[in-house]
Amino acid sequence: MEIQWYIGLSVALFCTGIVGVLTRRNSIIIFMCIELMLNSVNLLLVAFSKMHAATAVLQSNPNVVSDAQIFVFFIMVVAAAEVSVGLAIIVMLYRNTHSVDVNFLNRLKN
Amino acid sequence: MSITEILFWGLSALALFSAIMVVASKSPVHSILYLIVVFFAISGHYILMNAQFLAIVNIIVYAGAIMVLFLFVVMLMNLNAESEPKKNRLIQFAGLISGGCLFLVLIAGITRSTSSNNMMQMGGGDFGLIKNLGMILFKDYVIPFEISSVLFLSAMIGAVVISKKGD
Repeated sequence: MEIQWYIGLSVALFCTGIVGVLTRRNSIIIFMCIELMLNSVNLLLVAFSKMHAATAVLQSNPNVVSDAQIFVFFIMVVAAAEVSVGLAIIVMLYRNTHSVDVNFLNRLKN
Repeated sequence: MSITEILFWGLSALALFSAIMVVASKSPVHSILYLIVVFFAISGHYILMNAQFLAIVNIIVYAGAIMVLFLFVVMLMNLNAESEPKKNRLIQFAGLISGGCLFLVLIAGITRSTSSNNMMQMGGGDFGLIKNLGMILFKDYVIPFEISSVLFLSAMIGAVVISKKGD
């Protein structure tokens, strides 16, 4: 399998997430699109680690593949912490405005 | 066409269709269910690349914990397709065009790259197994592992403080 197909898949998933963030106004769906973008980047990191497993980089540094997967593991850890705080903020927003529309957030100005 | 390629194209089609349905579906509950399908397809890709530990963690953490949290919040707020905010057609069109432009630029970039047809090692290699990853995590990366526990504690305290009633 060539690396270009995995790059193409990750780019497609990432751009779907960006279109969702730009077009939707429901804050929960915007948050879910951010999760989608994080997952596409994780997929790309694992794909690159397997590309390096097939090339000569491995002979000089045999831990390079496992290092990449540990890195993805830490991204998942940070994403889990981010989701808990973000959902708490959305719940607080809903309690104050009775809506999840992000356009109501411009009331923070006044 | 080998079995790996058939699985790759099937999982990719499933992931892309579900990702588009996450953005396009009216009801937030349907969006969440489609996002769970995306996470399962990505876990299938991890298994295809022999990263079994990440596949299991992806299912447990994302499809199991995070999406259930989303589902709880949506059901707590009693959101459905009728309470969806009114959308501006022009903004939607502009977002679609800009996302499509980014996609075209990135795809044009990788098709002109000389190293974009490097081969990947699909099966084989026991780097992604839990034994190897655990050895490296607790030998070389034990300090970041402990720091992430502090991060979780602060996230937990932050969530409680934010969602506390009153001020």
